[in-house]
Amino acid sequence: MLRYVIGRVAQALVVLWAAYTVTFVVLYLLPSDPLALMLAANNVQLDSLSPDQIAAARARFGLDQPVHLQYLHLLVRALHGDLGTSLASHEPVRQLLASRLPPTLVLSLVAVVLALVGGVVLAFLAAYVQWRPATLLLTRLPSLGVSLPTFWVGLLLIQVFAFTLHWVPATGNLGWRSDVLPAVTLAIPTSASLAQVLTRSLRDTLHEPYITTARAKGLSRFQVQLRHASRNAALPTLTILGLLVGATVTGTVTVETVFSRTGIGRLAAESVLGQDVPVVQGIVVLTAVAFVLVNLVVDLIYPLIDPRVVHAPKVV
Amino acid sequence: MTLDVSPLARVAPPAAPEAVPAGLLTFGEDEPSPRGQRLRALLRRPGFVLALAFVVLVIVSALVPRFFTTYDPYATAPAARLTPPGAAHWFGTDELGRDLYTRVVFGSTLTIEAALSAIVIALVAGLTLGVVSGFFGGWLDAVLMRVVDVSLAVPGLLMALAVVTALGFGTLPVAIAVGIGIVPGFARTTRAEVLRVKTLPYIEAARAGGATRRRILLRHVLPNAWGPVAVLAVLDFGVAILSVAALSFLGFGAAPPAAEWGTLIARGRDYLVTAPWVSLLPGLFVGLVVLSLNHVARTLEEVR
Amino acid sequence: MTGPGSTPVVEVLDLHVGYRWHRTVRPAVQGVDLRIDPGETVAVVGGSGSGKTTVAQTILGLLPAAGVVTSGQVLVEGEDVTHAHDRVLRRIRGSVVGLVPQDPTVGLNPTQRIGAQVAEAVRHRGVRERSVSAEVVEALSAAGLPDPAQRARQYPHELSGGLRQRVLIAIALAGDPKLIIADEPTSALDVTVQRRILDHLEGLVADRGIALLMITHDLGVAADRADRVVVLDQGQVAETGPSRQVLEHPAAPATRRLIDDAPNLTAVGPLDRGLEEADQPPALLRVEGISKSFALPRLGAGPRSVRAVDDVSLVARRGQTLALVGESGSGKTTTLRVALGLEAPDAGRVVFDGQELTGRSFGRLRALRARFQLVQQNPYSALDPRFTVAQCVTEPLVALRLADRAGRKRRAVELLEQVGLPTPYLGRYPAELSGGQRQRVAIARALSAHPDLVFLDEPVSALDVSVQAQILRLLGDLQTELGLTYVLVSHDLAVVAQLAHHIAVMRDGAVVEQGPASQVLREPRAAYTRELLDAVPGRRHASAG
Repeated sequence: MLRYVIGRVAQALVVLWAAYTVTFVVLYLLPSDPLALMLAANNVQLDSLSPDQIAAARARFGLDQPVHLQYLHLLVRALHGDLGTSLASHEPVRQLLASRLPPTLVLSLVAVVLALVGGVVLAFLAAYVQWRPATLLLTRLPSLGVSLPTFWVGLLLIQVFAFTLHWVPATGNLGWRSDVLPAVTLAIPTSASLAQVLTRSLRDTLHEPYITTARAKGLSRFQVQLRHASRNAALPTLTILGLLVGATVTGTVTVETVFSRTGIGRLAAESVLGQDVPVVQGIVVLTAVAFVLVNLVVDLIYPLIDPRVVHAPKVV
Repeated sequence: MTLDVSPLARVAPPAAPEAVPAGLLTFGEDEPSPRGQRLRALLRRPGFVLALAFVVLVIVSALVPRFFTTYDPYATAPAARLTPPGAAHWFGTDELGRDLYTRVVFGSTLTIEAALSAIVIALVAGLTLGVVSGFFGGWLDAVLMRVVDVSLAVPGLLMALAVVTALGFGTLPVAIAVGIGIVPGFARTTRAEVLRVKTLPYIEAARAGGATRRRILLRHVLPNAWGPVAVLAVLDFGVAILSVAALSFLGFGAAPPAAEWGTLIARGRDYLVTAPWVSLLPGLFVGLVVLSLNHVARTLEEVR
Repeated sequence: MTGPGSTPVVEVLDLHVGYRWHRTVRPAVQGVDLRIDPGETVAVVGGSGSGKTTVAQTILGLLPAAGVVTSGQVLVEGEDVTHAHDRVLRRIRGSVVGLVPQDPTVGLNPTQRIGAQVAEAVRHRGVRERSVSAEVVEALSAAGLPDPAQRARQYPHELSGGLRQRVLIAIALAGDPKLIIADEPTSALDVTVQRRILDHLEGLVADRGIALLMITHDLGVAADRADRVVVLDQGQVAETGPSRQVLEHPAAPATRRLIDDAPNLTAVGPLDRGLEEADQPPALLRVEGISKSFALPRLGAGPRSVRAVDDVSLVARRGQTLALVGESGSGKTTTLRVALGLEAPDAGRVVFDGQELTGRSFGRLRALRARFQLVQQNPYSALDPRFTVAQCVTEPLVALRLADRAGRKRRAVELLEQVGLPTPYLGRYPAELSGGQRQRVAIARALSAHPDLVFLDEPVSALDVSVQAQILRLLGDLQTELGLTYVLVSHDLAVVAQLAHHIAVMRDGAVVEQGPASQVLREPRAAYTRELLDAVPGRRHASAG
């Protein structure tokens, strides 16, 4: 078991390192001229500078060194917690991220919980209810959830619940009431995704032979679905938990913009607009960390639910 | 020690030729092949036909927008600004008096083009990665899959954002960015399918029959593996449309007055209170397109 | 045992059941009467599609969603439960009627401990919570599990197939039912294991006076273990009566068909004519001292590898059949794959017609491949679903470049004729064919390059009983016509008896006994062979008769 844990942690670290590297490749190697990019972020045009100024700028951004050295420098600094400085605001990236993280964290957490509850309930009902029209509706509904653009749904909800019904404020970070609409908007696509996967998984599980054995014992459909099917059906859904969290974090980019909230998402949108490379890199790495952490937790929980993994089968 | 069977039994006539199992059609000379049967089953579903027709219509409108509208998407008419939907203007007008429906139709050109390019990029890269990885296996597979796993650690849209930061704004960078974001999922699915088919008995039979690896790959594995991949491609087309729309909503797409769908919705935000249709109708349209694509994909998957 | 006159445990009266399909209802059971008295053992026998499983499902009220009872009645202990509410049926399931399902590898919830699963059945009986664990151990012990207390805490994947079957029996018995329905009790496990379990089950139901309903396609099992037999054919009762009578003097054609088609040890009789060693035809394939090990996934303590094949030597002679017999894990399939050149052995060599095959690369073997071919076990996955029948059967010709298009066309027609399929089938796809027809296509494919030797890997085990007989007959005819040599791998001695000239019995990777078929089947020298022979269903009835 210990070997399993160590293995998974090591894997997580490798993935993290690789994510950092890929981000570096995209942001520093992809642009035709990284220098022009960074100067533009500071609202300086490359052509307006003299060769001396250009050389000085290059040195300042560390772009005068060969690529692999640049990479190593950045990596080492990152490992020490120094993620660079924002080109636009000149604030240390770390500070910037730290200040914007809490509201996004809260929002994401609430959204994930809502998504889990919504998705699970929907899937459970879809597999349990036997009245055909209802089942059809419950199965088709998630389709709608994944097809509608998130930002549009946000706008729609604002229009209906804020501007028309006046139940909640439309924008801003004022207390829990302004968290409702953004959280719901964020939760819809992920809960729909979850519902789709879980419904299919439940349906497949309910056709397994051991379900017949269970029913032949005299258990009711509800008991069978709850006690026998759910645990087995949850296994494939656990594996997408990491993806769901990743999708939620990604969703904050548009949702925070639509609802004019401060947070990492909106910071990302602004930084891309301003081509603020260090900040974008910092945010991507942060998301990778979140994703890797969630996956690690899932990997560690998985053997507790599925005894077939890790247990040395002592077949006699 | 014999299971003594009465002589009568031996004289009994031999069993009739095996009955065709229930569920198979009876044989006639001109019975359609399984492929033909599948097509018929698909066409018998009204939802599928409707969704497919709608998608085709939208794609056609992307190619020849002039067919679908007579207005000019760039013609401003300040007098008619922010009129609600009606007979003259099906979707109403925007803040500069332009007919919204026309803007949506012309916007489809940009958005669909971008989404299609993204899918093509994803297909080419993802299929190659998946097939090479799944078929040849070994260390190549291990390395490639580690790379894909990493790419999954950075969600598609974020990767797209990074690419846009590096490449700049506009329809092409957005297309490339979204395409790169979709590659890992594609590679994964293709690999899984190739692996599944590779272990089927008929592959081994072909091997025992003397088939070379190249023949097995081209004649057996690929034709049997492309099914789920095709379904995923249709689904991802929808995802690509949503991603392109999101990126242009955030301002990274083609500059105004170009009418990408996301940009349309973004501009309408400022008028949400007074003229909600400027944002909401284009968004609804996008939702319908993606919903139809999803329905088509799911039906294709069910009827197999 | 109570006699007639007491309330039957289950009575089925003129039952009609169908399955909804598109907008019609396809009949599956058309007027079946069945009566099971307390304490008696009844076997319902029929091929696939006969409706026997549907009848069992209807008694339990567990028909799939598309199933519907169109008319008739099912009475359990006198109570009409035909269209009863699930609440009523739940009372009956487990406590009046118990089920032992077919496949123990998937009949248990893989994520729940054994004890918990048995406990559910115990609780259903109404046992108080603090006595439940004791009762669970009691039930497991009665079912014949060693170390029941320890086993109760384990998960299904930690038990062997036979032990899992016993757990399922324990679950069925835990409810203290009056009737146990055993669904296809002989299909999923090795013959020797199955025999022990069925003996045990028989003992238990006799002790407790429980009635037993066996659903099976195997007449041998019915003959051995049932008091009465009901033969179903296409949803109707073809014949019913005491088992001895029905099997020795069958009245209905369906029954006769089942008896005819059931492969048994003396249906055709061993083929060897008792030739002397010197008169034997020359050896075509020699397997000399083959050994093969596989690495096991590292799981803490435990073996690093398993020896699948241990120093095996075999000879297949021209025009004759060498049969490799063994249960699962015996190494017979690995030996076949090594002989085919699909796996490289760790030691030993394979010699085909004087040429050594081991150590040669796939490319250099290609030329020889035309001379030995393979027919696999599962006809449902042995043919590429995208190839027409014509393409399937001529593939070796294409792959080995042995004929041009015109030649292939001619050959395809020839081949279909040889295997007994009509020529129009050339344009069909495998999905349109039944299992037996697909297997014929697979055989045709194996013959297309005019091979000298054909490897047959469990060629009929995935087929229905009536179809098995036809395919075996076809294989026998082809051998005589074309002078083919067969290497046949099977777990079923009755199948082997029909085709084999020489038999090699394998166990745990080693050859336990080999020799002419008549000698191995009639005067086995090894104890294991005797055990295998004894375990073949139909023997008990036969020896009693």
